[in-house]
Amino acid sequence: MAAVLALTAVGLSLVFGVMRVVNVAHGEFYMIGAVVAWFVTYYLPFPPALAWLAALIIAPLAVALIAALADTLVLKRLNYDPEATIVATIGLLYMLQQAALTFYGSDARPVVAPFQWRIQLPWFGYSGYKLFVVLAAAIILVAVWVFMTRTKAGLVMRATQVDRETAQAFGINVDRVYAGTFALGGALAAAAAVLIVPIQQAHYLMGHDPLLLSFIVVIIGGLGSIRGTLVAALVIGLSDGVISMFFSPTLAKIIATLLVAMVLVFRPQGLFGARA
Amino acid sequence: MTQGAKIWGLHLLILVVVFAAQFVLPSYHMTNLARIMVLAVFAMGYNIAFGYTGLLSLGHALFFAAGFYAMGLPIWHLGWLPLPALIAGLMVGGLLAGAVGLLALRTAGVSFMIVTLMFAQAGYLTLLYLNTWTGGDEGFVVARTARVLGGLDLATDTPRFMAAFALFACAMLVCLWLVRSPLGRVMVAMRENEERSRMLGYDPFRIKLIALIVSGVYAGAAGAAYGMLFGYVGATFATIQYSILPMLYVLLGGAGTVLGPFLGALLMFYLIDITSGYTDAYLFVVGAALVGLVLFAPKGILGTLRERIAPWLP
Amino acid sequence: MAAVIEARGLTRYFGGLRAVDGVDFRLQQGEIHGLIGPNGAGKTTFVSLLSGRVPVQSGSIMLNGTDITHMPAHLRVRAGVAYTFQITSVYPRLSVFDNVALAAQSRGAGDVVAEVADALNRVGMAGLEQALAGTLSYGHQRLLEVAMGLALQPSVLILDEPTQGLASGEIAGFKALIRSLVPQTTILLIEHNMDVVMDLADRITVLNFGQVLAVGTPEEIRMNRVVQDAYLGVDHAAG
Repeated sequence: MAAVLALTAVGLSLVFGVMRVVNVAHGEFYMIGAVVAWFVTYYLPFPPALAWLAALIIAPLAVALIAALADTLVLKRLNYDPEATIVATIGLLYMLQQAALTFYGSDARPVVAPFQWRIQLPWFGYSGYKLFVVLAAAIILVAVWVFMTRTKAGLVMRATQVDRETAQAFGINVDRVYAGTFALGGALAAAAAVLIVPIQQAHYLMGHDPLLLSFIVVIIGGLGSIRGTLVAALVIGLSDGVISMFFSPTLAKIIATLLVAMVLVFRPQGLFGARA
Repeated sequence: MTQGAKIWGLHLLILVVVFAAQFVLPSYHMTNLARIMVLAVFAMGYNIAFGYTGLLSLGHALFFAAGFYAMGLPIWHLGWLPLPALIAGLMVGGLLAGAVGLLALRTAGVSFMIVTLMFAQAGYLTLLYLNTWTGGDEGFVVARTARVLGGLDLATDTPRFMAAFALFACAMLVCLWLVRSPLGRVMVAMRENEERSRMLGYDPFRIKLIALIVSGVYAGAAGAAYGMLFGYVGATFATIQYSILPMLYVLLGGAGTVLGPFLGALLMFYLIDITSGYTDAYLFVVGAALVGLVLFAPKGILGTLRERIAPWLP
Repeated sequence: MAAVIEARGLTRYFGGLRAVDGVDFRLQQGEIHGLIGPNGAGKTTFVSLLSGRVPVQSGSIMLNGTDITHMPAHLRVRAGVAYTFQITSVYPRLSVFDNVALAAQSRGAGDVVAEVADALNRVGMAGLEQALAGTLSYGHQRLLEVAMGLALQPSVLILDEPTQGLASGEIAGFKALIRSLVPQTTILLIEHNMDVVMDLADRITVLNFGQVLAVGTPEEIRMNRVVQDAYLGVDHAAG
């Protein structure tokens, strides 16, 4: 599931890169995205495909709204002090998790896939939806890439990333850039979640694993470097399967977390990031 | 009255009040208070690293859980006596903190937070992975016979309270002595300005490592005591939540104050206890308290008090 | 006279910029040595190399005959090289007493209280022990910084622009203070205020573009044509 992982991780990396904020609640944005997707598909009287499409639009928007609110109400008031924001996003994590538990419950619930057919290759069958997820994730990633490198908004974001004060001096509304970045990061996580819910069910604790994985991806790719993050996401997503063939899943996770810690200790610029 | 006498007097007075509470409190609250005192020791340890030295760790659950398992496993598997088991808990807490510190202290700030988080997570997963030895997710019960210390059955109310109080009193007095000692002054100097402290001849790495080890000993002692007094050892105590709780207590009571961790633990414990009477949304309370504290009262109750009216408070 | 500090061929590049470029330097026992030069001449980088805040790329530093080129900064402080910061860098949230005590206890002083009192006396700040350093006036903060340097009882005290921002009345007192420190302590004084340097220093080293332009007594430096061209002339024209 490297593709979905990459989507989540890019959101986290974007937020860290531009704002220098480690968003511990990022996994909860992912979870909320999945939960919203369930509500949308369950209550909208559309056929599955249409309902799912609606979810793909509504869930990221809803999460982006939550993220923007969190940014203006909390993070901005902390002046984006790195350590205080981590504590605050931990608080946010608990609040979102509890909100999901209260309003959604502790069950895992499935979302019907927009379409079901299998691609029957001569040697094995493959779920068409999974292929579609990979494709969709790739499209979204490319879109983000184009957005960051080709559009004016992307330029503004990158300028803010390089130097906040100068950007402000040039009349860039840093507050709005930050809120927008945080919202975009959340929306990417939510989009990833909507893509994944037809395969994995929506559950209020589902934010935990992707958060850890995203951390791993972002750190190995170099904090804040988007290209490194993409490469790392693909490598880890693919190797995840390979590692778990040799080791039990728990042992694989232990090794992965320790590796991440070591990378941070000995190569703080990440394995692929050339610049600090 | 000199300042030193005033400070020691206040802290001894608090200890006397807490001690006397057992004679008026009903059994339910007495058990709670014992629990709070042990948690406060954990939080004091966290405070030594975070409040005084400025090391914001997200991995203290590792040292706390180390206390549980280093106490519980030898009793379970090797039939150790309670006293050596408790000492093992405290020492393993410190050792593990030292080992983590040797690596994690090469980083600072946000990286330090993530590295400690990752180590604690790896520790938690290891407990699950070695489930034949550790009981995995379900944990294990500490045998009733192994909970008798010096003829006192720690599973009963009064001895349990006394044991918790003894640990709490020791921890608090040692903490008070430490932060008023020259070493305590250097720890604060590290928090305030590391580069300046280096140019006064202090090795930042060494000072921070010492602080982290002391902090780990506190966490280990608290973990071992908790397991012993309440008779259960489980992997939940290694989850990230137990890294967040002491931070919450310290932030609420006041980072960098000796009494803050106890005050924070006391208030937070009863806040959750009371709200859980109305709603089961206690995670929300924890989350909201965290956000509220960093937003509106980053110095906590005693920190604000010290700023306004009592600058002598250690 | 014996050299306390002797540096040879000291070099430090930042990217392509040669901040300090092959500097030879002798600091003699008991002197007040001025270090001057135009902005960007490499003065602060040079003393950062001496104090160990910035690692040396090539060259060597000897302290009383011991090689300290690769000694970490905190050990150099213990070995007797104290550095007071250009930007006032006291601990604002600690008391004056704690600030100085941190310096005094660093070298294992027997009676910290007495030594703190002594250091504060010498800079004329007795009685301010309990004040928070952050609430002091700017002049007092600079003096506190010097008191912290004194409490380290160093053999070499490096003062990085100590009179910057002081009122003229305060400067007179400051000069008397510095004179009272030698010859027990050797002073390396980085200073922009020419009157202070010319008045205090026994010898002066002039840096320009990371290299030593001239070394000599204040009189020799004043007369030196090269120095006048590179530095004093410009300075006088501007000021």
